[in-house]
Amino acid sequence: MAEFTLPKNSKVQKGKKYPAKAGAKNVRTFRVYRWNEDDGQNPHIDEYEVDMDSCGPMVLDALIKIKNEIDSTLTFRRSCREGICGSCAMNIDGSNTLACTKACDEIKGDVKIYPLPHMPVVKDLVPDLTNFYAQYAAVKPWLRTQTPPPPDRERLQSKEDRAKLDGLYECILCASCSTACPSYWWNGDKYLGPAALLQAYRFIADSRDEETGARLDELEDPFKLYRCHTIMNCTNTCPKGLNPAKAIGEIKKLMVERKGV
Amino acid sequence: MSSQDFRTPLKRVRGLGSAKSGTQHFIVQRVTAVALVPLSLWAIFLALALVHADYAQARAMLHHHFAAVWLSAFVIAMFWHAQLGLQVVIEDYVHTPWLEVVSQLAVKFFCIAGAITSVFAIVRVALA
Repeated sequence: MAEFTLPKNSKVQKGKKYPAKAGAKNVRTFRVYRWNEDDGQNPHIDEYEVDMDSCGPMVLDALIKIKNEIDSTLTFRRSCREGICGSCAMNIDGSNTLACTKACDEIKGDVKIYPLPHMPVVKDLVPDLTNFYAQYAAVKPWLRTQTPPPPDRERLQSKEDRAKLDGLYECILCASCSTACPSYWWNGDKYLGPAALLQAYRFIADSRDEETGARLDELEDPFKLYRCHTIMNCTNTCPKGLNPAKAIGEIKKLMVERKGV
Repeated sequence: MSSQDFRTPLKRVRGLGSAKSGTQHFIVQRVTAVALVPLSLWAIFLALALVHADYAQARAMLHHHFAAVWLSAFVIAMFWHAQLGLQVVIEDYVHTPWLEVVSQLAVKFFCIAGAITSVFAIVRVALA
């Protein structure tokens, strides 16, 4: 049955407060979710006061400053710091986004930072995305063809057909969309989720791919595909401005098209 | 995850594979939804017209075969749509296997019984 409250050992408690150094004028409070499997404690929210006069503009800048100067135990993923690797996806100010492209100025009041929702937490802001990556692998995200490529060149595609991949290929698999989806929260073991379905459609829509029917067969399932109830959280939250809900809608349209009303 | 479970993540995600169904459910849910737009407007109109009517007047209204047919269509589409919708709600939220089976059966039986009983009542009044 659905669970409406967190188990006792998951209830989030108040944590430590790290005040800003004396003399700091432009102070911003960052309230960050902390959890460490090894210390046996409940998750808690630590408060860090950061002097924004000596900090970069993005939330990731503040997190790195906290880790470097205030509390080195704070754990999070980051790599490219320019919105292309997808490592620093987290829940900031109530919505999933990339810490590196989210400006602190866009947020009113204290900056609240949590890991991506409804994922197992490894530590602090690091979620376990094993299932998410397996779902990506399950849609076979590569060109599937029977015809061998021409011996002297790559597989060709018209400009119009190439344009159909715009809005699909840019996905960086940060998992913001899937972990924002209530359907994915309740049935993430069986529902593929918006990110994997966007990638599935990226290859369904590719004029060079010859396995369109097999791809549709693999998706036609009450849970894998049809758990999408068009809630649209995926599209609202995507830090790259993509539209997974539309891609899922296109897959459903193709399902109906090949079957007939 | 138990430490004795050596299944790979991909094995877990693939599960029992695709059911190769769901599209029919998707289509019928939308077809009944579209049908319910005019049918429910009409049903509300009928219900309002019956507010101060007595049984004889109500019977007279349903003696009009058009009314009986439309009311039957409304009741069938409504229970059909309700069953499809509730099925999805249960699939979404009820994850205790025995409870899920029991509630799915209860919803199906309730909707089928409701539709049959309603149509029977309409026919009885219409032909009385």
